[in-house]
Amino acid sequence: MNIHEFQAKELLARYGVAVPEGIVCDTAEQAAEAFRKLGSDLAVVKAQIHAGGRGKAGGVKLVKSADEARDKAEAMLGKAMVTHQTGPEGRVVRKVYVTKGADIATELYLAVAVDRKTNAPVMMACPEGGVEIETLAEEKPEAIQRARIHPMKGLLPFQARRMCKHLGLTGEQAKQGAKVMTNLAKLFVDLDCSLAEINPLIVTEQGDVVALDAKINFDSNALYRHQDVAAMRDLNEEDPKEVEASKFDLNYIALDGTIGCMVNGAGLAMATMDVIQLKGGSPANFLDVGGGANKQQVTNAFKIILADPNVKGVLVNIFGGIMKCDTIAEGVIAAAKEVQLDRPLVVRLEGTNVELGRKLLEESGLPLETAKSLDEAAEKIVAAAG
Amino acid sequence: MAILIDGNTKVITQGITGKNGTFHSLQAKAYGTQMVGGVTPGKGGQEVEGIPVFDSVKEAVDATGATVSVIYVPGAFTADSICEAVDAGIELVVTITEGVPVLDMAWVKDYMAGSGSRLVGPNCPGVITPVTDTTGCKIGIMPAYIHKPGRVGVVSRSGTLTYEAVWQLTTEGLGQSTSVGIGGDPINGTDFVDCLRLFNDDPDTDGIIMIGEIGGTAEEEGADFIKAHVTKPVVGFIAGATAPPGKRMGHAGAIISGGKGTAKDKKAALEAAGVTVVDTPSIMGRTMREVLGAKAGA
Repeated sequence: MNIHEFQAKELLARYGVAVPEGIVCDTAEQAAEAFRKLGSDLAVVKAQIHAGGRGKAGGVKLVKSADEARDKAEAMLGKAMVTHQTGPEGRVVRKVYVTKGADIATELYLAVAVDRKTNAPVMMACPEGGVEIETLAEEKPEAIQRARIHPMKGLLPFQARRMCKHLGLTGEQAKQGAKVMTNLAKLFVDLDCSLAEINPLIVTEQGDVVALDAKINFDSNALYRHQDVAAMRDLNEEDPKEVEASKFDLNYIALDGTIGCMVNGAGLAMATMDVIQLKGGSPANFLDVGGGANKQQVTNAFKIILADPNVKGVLVNIFGGIMKCDTIAEGVIAAAKEVQLDRPLVVRLEGTNVELGRKLLEESGLPLETAKSLDEAAEKIVAAAG
Repeated sequence: MAILIDGNTKVITQGITGKNGTFHSLQAKAYGTQMVGGVTPGKGGQEVEGIPVFDSVKEAVDATGATVSVIYVPGAFTADSICEAVDAGIELVVTITEGVPVLDMAWVKDYMAGSGSRLVGPNCPGVITPVTDTTGCKIGIMPAYIHKPGRVGVVSRSGTLTYEAVWQLTTEGLGQSTSVGIGGDPINGTDFVDCLRLFNDDPDTDGIIMIGEIGGTAEEEGADFIKAHVTKPVVGFIAGATAPPGKRMGHAGAIISGGKGTAKDKKAALEAAGVTVVDTPSIMGRTMREVLGAKAGA
């Protein structure tokens, strides 16, 4: 789960990491008021969307007066902002965050993520902040220093000292830097994060170490033990079809192709998308109905797929293990009747109760094609939906 | 012989009185697996269709001599259950549960360091060794009837793709020595390298099917190991060639982040290690037959 920058900064502040004072606003008038309240000569108006690359897209503006804050907020609010992470349709900006401006002396990078190789969270520190860390990792891997965070004990003092030295922090700044690192590691472990990134972490002209921007993602599997974090979820930032699917415990991800797919198992669902493309089509979605779906879930899955106007045909690919093929067949038949199936459908069933499932489909009188293998199914749906 | 488990393996189920625990324990028993006990704290002394239930893993092990446990408890309690099994000296802990918090697995791995236990999973279909056409040792949620004893090992990060591979091997008449689902989570137990080593050393395995997916570098590490150590033919498939970056494709571990973990990179690494990588999972079995035939002919 992702949260907004202003929420991430609230959490950082709660963990003792200094962040610029800021006020979150729903309207342009509130942004003007926020400027006055902050009482600074310089403020920043920042669009709040769950996507990086806001600066380049005009979503981060320096302002020097309340009027200017109002104008810039006006220009952002209610409009779709397109960044390299939003896709071409962009994200509608519903809130802006007005923060005090900072005098930046140095920009640094600090983040924590789960490292599969060491089976633990790892902190990454880099003396070049504000840049794309992926690019830096590619071009100058030696600029990034790593420290394995103990999953119970957190970051150890020697690790913080070592990383501060790498960042060029000395004296008072090294003390502040070590505190930021220790607290960021603690936040990550306490709240079951999957990513906690401060980019940039700055040293101000006044010598303070401050988190100027922040991005925090959480492990969805652990949200049950963090109700306060779960409450930060913003459904506006998620695809409505994905939200609808999650209500039925379906794992759906919208894509931009034309062939809808319904599959059981994440790996098989990905493989189905791959084979559709291999045969010349393009998948409209990833949809894993899970291992133990019932008829109701299958029906809902089918409806969600067909609600996408880009879908020109549907491929159902099920390898029944725990999930029985006749259950899938019943769900498909029920959904097709309910939504008036008006697009080509190819069904490939294999596994538990496959004969019964095929028989149900045959007797349903639905205009569908069946296939024995994934390759055959993909060829048929690509031809039919062409 | 096979790897990890065989017809003599004694198994207990942690969470046996839950819906999934009961269902799959009985399915395993029906397939001929030696299901010698189950554990549900507070329900010791009960039975689940003839399988005795114990309050703790230690009591179950002492009473039954089980060496393997399979875990079906909910994600919130899984870490505790794994540690309990490790503490009781269980040799192989197979964790089926999906939705275990990733950081729980981080400290579980720390807890396990230095112990003699091996973990498979979490979020995996389990491990199976077919013994006859209709019986075997089944530890997990895979449908039994698609398996058949044979000489090909299967190792996979994905559940249903494992079934695809197994079913194709069965219809091709090749069968399986053992099939291992290692699971789709970012931090898990047994990995590709562990399984490749076991299959390579197993005299009853002639070839290996390895199924990976986007995210992480486990496939690349597997490729390095194959290049250096594996003498048997390996057929590979990587799911997620069309997955967009930054989107989590179902499994917590299946995500392309920062341009790393793409199917293309993984495929290239495997091919460079001499693996026959197929573009579609429909031909995994047929391809294995071809490479085994070519090897026999050479």
